[in-house]
Amino acid sequence: MSKETRKYLIEGEKAKWEVVIGLEVHAQVTSNSKLFSGSSTKFGAEPNTQVSLVDSAFPGMLPVINEFCVQQAIKTGLGLNAKINPYSVFDRKNYFYADLPQGYQISQYKNPIVGEGEITLDLPNGSKKIGIERLHLEQDAGKSIHDLDPSNTFVDLNRSGVALMEIVSKPDLRSPDEVNAYVKKLRSIMRYLGTCDGNMQEGSLRADVNVSVRKEGDNKLGTRCEIKNVNSIKFMQAAIAYEARRQVEVLESGKKINQETRLFDTKKNETRSMRSKEDAHDYRYFPDPDLLPLNLDKSLIEKIKKDLPELPDQKKERFIKQYSLTPYEANILVSEKEISNYFEKVVKNSDKKLAKNWIMGDLFASLNEKNISISESPVTSNKMAQLINSINSGIISGRTAKEVFEIMQETGDEPKKIIESKGLQQKSDPKELERIIDKVLSENKDKVTQYKSGKDKLFGFFVGQVMKISDGKANPQLVNEILKKKLK
Amino acid sequence: MSDITEKNLTEIVKLIKNKEIKSEELTKSFIKNINKDKKLNCFITKCSEDALNNAKRFDKSPKLDTLLPGIPIAVKDLFCTEDVRTTAGSKMLENFVPRYESTITNNLWNEGAFLLGKLNCDEYAMGSSNETSYFGSVKNPIAENTVPGGSSGGSASALTANLTPTTIGTDTGGSIRQPASFTGTVGLKPTYGLCSRWGIVAFASSLDQAGPMTKTVEDCALMLEAMAGFDKKDSTSINKKKENYSKNLTDNIKGLKIGIPKEYRVDGMSKEIDKIWENGKKILKDSGAEIVDITLPNTKYALPTYYIVAPAEASSNLARYDGVKYGFRSAKGNNLIEMYENTRSEGFGDEVKRRILIGTYVLSSGYYDAYYLKAQKVRQMIKNDFDQSFKKVDAILTPSTPTSAFKIGEKKDDPISMYLNDIFTVPVNLAGIPAISIPAGVDMNNYPLGLQLIGKPLNEQKILNIAYAAEKKINFKQSLNRWWEK
Repeated sequence: MSKETRKYLIEGEKAKWEVVIGLEVHAQVTSNSKLFSGSSTKFGAEPNTQVSLVDSAFPGMLPVINEFCVQQAIKTGLGLNAKINPYSVFDRKNYFYADLPQGYQISQYKNPIVGEGEITLDLPNGSKKIGIERLHLEQDAGKSIHDLDPSNTFVDLNRSGVALMEIVSKPDLRSPDEVNAYVKKLRSIMRYLGTCDGNMQEGSLRADVNVSVRKEGDNKLGTRCEIKNVNSIKFMQAAIAYEARRQVEVLESGKKINQETRLFDTKKNETRSMRSKEDAHDYRYFPDPDLLPLNLDKSLIEKIKKDLPELPDQKKERFIKQYSLTPYEANILVSEKEISNYFEKVVKNSDKKLAKNWIMGDLFASLNEKNISISESPVTSNKMAQLINSINSGIISGRTAKEVFEIMQETGDEPKKIIESKGLQQKSDPKELERIIDKVLSENKDKVTQYKSGKDKLFGFFVGQVMKISDGKANPQLVNEILKKKLK
Repeated sequence: MSDITEKNLTEIVKLIKNKEIKSEELTKSFIKNINKDKKLNCFITKCSEDALNNAKRFDKSPKLDTLLPGIPIAVKDLFCTEDVRTTAGSKMLENFVPRYESTITNNLWNEGAFLLGKLNCDEYAMGSSNETSYFGSVKNPIAENTVPGGSSGGSASALTANLTPTTIGTDTGGSIRQPASFTGTVGLKPTYGLCSRWGIVAFASSLDQAGPMTKTVEDCALMLEAMAGFDKKDSTSINKKKENYSKNLTDNIKGLKIGIPKEYRVDGMSKEIDKIWENGKKILKDSGAEIVDITLPNTKYALPTYYIVAPAEASSNLARYDGVKYGFRSAKGNNLIEMYENTRSEGFGDEVKRRILIGTYVLSSGYYDAYYLKAQKVRQMIKNDFDQSFKKVDAILTPSTPTSAFKIGEKKDDPISMYLNDIFTVPVNLAGIPAISIPAGVDMNNYPLGLQLIGKPLNEQKILNIAYAAEKKINFKQSLNRWWEK
């Protein structure tokens, strides 16, 4: 039962076009304080309450590197199977804007802290490796708020100086779906590592998307456009679909693509030109003389490597072996650290096959419906294990369990409590079941005769009658056994 | 008793420690002089009242086991001082009052000193004559129509005119040593990283260093001791143990090797400069040092290199003065860009604008490699020259400046000739090494001339010792007619 997957191609009037995509993901480093100051990074604080003299660029203020952020970048680099550069340099990227107090952003230009790496995507038609070009550390800018007043702009510097990792992919992505898988994988790896919370609503993960198209079979890359600052996977996919189609139309009409920076308008669902290459900022990068180059100790890198947690790919392999999962199932269960933790807690105390089915079936459906994460689920891993054990030990049937689960996901009650208060326990006393069965058989003598003369299908009818009389509580396995004996 | 303000810092500290004078009396004497400073224009901000209060507070419970007990000190207005306006000599910061204290001034206050006032300087320390200050030019006490040098011109003049017993400046390309030379005082530019840059309005971060400006070498050692020290708030600060420069000061320099670089004998240098240089060699030789000819072949590239590196850093460092957060903001402009343009056009003076333009240009894509990158390579070569020389010698002796103090307005409209004044001081900043300028004689106008001693990184003690030995033999005396008080 393999899913039909085709290459993502854009059908133009004259040719089929392949889309080439590269991503620059900006991931906020999980850290209590900023990259070069001690200010808090907590989200949602009152404007301008988490701003130090350094963040607001007062005269004579100097940046001091936050070593924890450096370690987080190294950790992430290792998680991306990337080369950690023992020597890296902080540069100034100069431009004027009201929410950029220094008049420059401290970033890394020629010598980033992390070099080439790669991550593996699990796609419906197999796995695919996506190259990582580099990862570097940089400061975030503040926030300009234009819509609070008709004639003034307000500036909130709480974000100013917050540490970001810019993770640049190679142009290895070929479709919106691959972009979806790539961002999710990246996010998952960083969440496993605890280096970025990946919270897109809070702006912890944003991306600049580079898109170009080329005729199917061409090897040369086309001219690209960069779509700036897209903050959800859905928007990234929509922006790519629109932009690729636009480029195909331009090229098929015989014109050329201008290398430019574009914006994605989320309301109109289209990209718009922001500035052309000719108007591109000259950032006048140069090494920041306030900071010494970053020289990393080999032992520090080794230590971080040694302490790395189990990452999604490793966990997937282990799950396949340990819990007899298919790669597809394992993929889903390791996609989020919280999901994998939940699964392992349930499995630890109950049947692994039932655990897998219940989590991927009813639990996921319920979470989707409520639009909540697994850590917010009222059905905790503990209660889920109890539910599964109730089925296994014959206290309730699988069918009744679904009823119990429905109540659990509403109330968060323990299954035991629900089963008892609603009297949902199965009837598993053979004598009681025999009485019911005898009653059914004596009331349907004609059907018994028919059955014995070869009408096998009637077996289900007898089971149904037993269930009806027992209010569905009869243990189906026992019913089967006894019925078979009686009907011999 | 003779005028206390004529005494040097070491003498004054001794008088305080011996309880022969109270801090209040001392402070009052300096304030008396300061109040007659109008023609010199040394002060941008006077802190007389606070200084007197601090003096009284000191006298009530004098703590005498410090380096600078009860000493009032006026400082260059580039050091941020808590709750005291700090202008950097610019309209841009005319009304800027920091809520923090620079590490260097804080170190001085921790040694018992207190603030007497903020001294005039070239705008953002960009200048060699103190004529670029928004608050007007400073006059050199040696003669009414002469400049005190720059950018720490207010500091040098105030010290020479006995308006402060000691002072501090900053030196990016000679801004301590050149004014010291022009006013007949002592000025030291420490090894890059010895004194914290935290809280000093930045000009060119990789070159800026704070340093002492004093009447004597002994004072200089004392002040450096108070200023120097590791600061974790400055990433370029050197983490090393504090040294007792004043305690270890000695004039015994027997056997030390002093290098004389032939490249410092430049065209058009006056015979008088040559004479004091020759005299300097003789004095050191007489003190038991050995004179060695050396070569610093890349010296001629130092000035062009400096005028690429320093403006490049400055163009970026000064981007923060945009009218958005603090400081001057133009009332004109209908949008953000116009506000920026008007603010920076009106807020910065010509020399600052010139350097921002140069710096922006040399960092621009397409020019970066030809200018900034090349300048960085040459900078390394200049540093290598010094490294090579210091394998052979302990210190290097040169003139501090190619001329004595020039006339006000003489070079104001000729930036190149103004920049040439830094020709002997700039290489030291590019190499990040220490150097001291001491008064060594006078020219035919009776204007002071200085000699510069350059040392290995963190060899401040050695150049102080050599300077101390030379100072004793030179016995430089200056008598001023105090024309500004008339």
